Amino acid sequence: MRVVVCTKETPDTAAKVEVDADGNVTWGDAPLVINPWDEYAVEEAILLKDRGVTTSTVLGVGTETTKEALKHALAMGCDEAVLVSDEAFEGADTLVVSHALAQAIKKMDEVGLVLFGRETTDGGSGQVPVQVGRWLGWNTLTFVSKIVEIDFEAGTIKVERLLEEGKEIVEGRLPAVVSVVKGINEPRYPSFMGIRKASRAEIPVWSAAEIGFDESLKPKVTWPEIYALPPREGECEIIEAETAEEAAAILADRLIAEKVV
Amino acid sequence: MSGVWVWVEQHDGQAASVSWEAVGLARTLADGLGEPVTALVFGMNAAALAQEAIQRGADNALVCEDETLAAFRLEPYASLLSGLAQERQPDVILAGATTRGSDIMGAAAVDLKAGLIAGAVGAELSDGRIVATVPVYSGKLMSKVTIPEGSPQMLTIRNRAFAALEPDAGRSGEVETVAPVLPEDEIMSKVVGFEAAEGEISLTDAAIIVSGGRGVGGPEGFEPLQELCDVLGAALGASRAAVDAGWISYEHQVGQTGKTVSPDLYIACGISGAVQHQAGMRTSKVIVAINKDPEAPIFKLAHYGVVDDLFKVVPALTQAFRERLGK
Repeated sequence: MRVVVCTKETPDTAAKVEVDADGNVTWGDAPLVINPWDEYAVEEAILLKDRGVTTSTVLGVGTETTKEALKHALAMGCDEAVLVSDEAFEGADTLVVSHALAQAIKKMDEVGLVLFGRETTDGGSGQVPVQVGRWLGWNTLTFVSKIVEIDFEAGTIKVERLLEEGKEIVEGRLPAVVSVVKGINEPRYPSFMGIRKASRAEIPVWSAAEIGFDESLKPKVTWPEIYALPPREGECEIIEAETAEEAAAILADRLIAEKVV
Repeated sequence: MSGVWVWVEQHDGQAASVSWEAVGLARTLADGLGEPVTALVFGMNAAALAQEAIQRGADNALVCEDETLAAFRLEPYASLLSGLAQERQPDVILAGATTRGSDIMGAAAVDLKAGLIAGAVGAELSDGRIVATVPVYSGKLMSKVTIPEGSPQMLTIRNRAFAALEPDAGRSGEVETVAPVLPEDEIMSKVVGFEAAEGEISLTDAAIIVSGGRGVGGPEGFEPLQELCDVLGAALGASRAAVDAGWISYEHQVGQTGKTVSPDLYIACGISGAVQHQAGMRTSKVIVAINKDPEAPIFKLAHYGVVDDLFKVVPALTQAFRERLGK
């Protein structure tokens, strides 16, 4: 049974992300890394090796730089990687990306489970997992904080989902598409051997035609302008006082005057 | 193509507050477009919630009460929404950018081959099309986002970004009952349990958040923060450093790999203010920083700062509010 982990690359979380004079997003010298949320999905895929998974495949739609994320997953312990790349995906929105991922997954055999991080730290819509599930017509379970039971032979899964009001327990059928939240596991650091193996890996690149991508599907959503929030106006008012009690009293009065309490 | 639709989310018969904010936005958009607002309410207690939706700005409502819709599940909910939209061709569909809202809207967008803008904090009309404002790069940047052609234009909105309208008991409208589309045996999942988060105020709904970072020093360091929360009716937040140290559970994390919040008041205690944390809270209306280190980056973002030991300042602040608020 195969588990597929979908991932992409994002600027390092410590990066100072800015918009240059031409309106392009830049992050200086900061490296592109695996989307931090996806590390939990990769870790979960590796942990499932004890629960009936024979092959873990990491999958990304993107360009040459997406290989950074794929190689990180290989270094952590995934068995193989596939990059789907084509000019047809230029300007893709979640509808286009999710269709491409779903088509690539359909091309693979014996897929029992598809894992995602809950969202990416760039676009951050969190819509791709559910849309991939819908394209595939598979059971889709988002915001999963624990895989309680998974039985690939019986074709069943039981998970705990983290919702706004609490934790929901859901049982369902396999194959399934699952997005995971932080806290489901503790992602491992790649080992030295893993990094060496990943650096030598030849990652196959599949084109839109090879996965049977419907080229009549065009992006619907556009991003006409990306900009930085204007810096906050005014200085921080430091409350100066002899004692903490005095400072607290002044602060409490200020906040009541601001009508935020 | 006509009409602005809002999917009204509920849990246990209680509407999500963001749904009323979505109805408020729908009213504004619909008035600009010269179209009616339709609320869609599925599940138990749908009829009562439909009345409230009308009082809060909808012109009419579509309801479906059925056993298969008792607890939210992706397939029956999304299939019902997309089926109705295929049949009646709305111009716009809105929902909250919650876990359930993201599920139903994402899936329905695939069914409808429609554009979906997720997580908007602003929205206006330009030549009859929605131009939304969406935080990207985890809130480090903002983007204008639009769906230039086709319908429906689908949009999810973040909590507390748009104003809900006060219920007006004088408003009335037609409530139409519709049939469910998926029988139980075609649904691939079953909700078998629910464990409610204990008496806590949800971070994304909270008007006030008191948040702790590395400076709280340990799990017990959150106790004085919780006391301040209790006096202010605030939610308890945390930085990634505190969560990763195991002092508090992940549900409390604010920032790039946690929740993005936008309260009226954010009190950061012992939080240095790394860019990852700032991304999750910088749109808060008033930010207070309490930190021993005067060089902490959080002071660049804060409106008010106290450079002192949080274990002295926070209990004093709790006491000061207790006196002023009569609690």
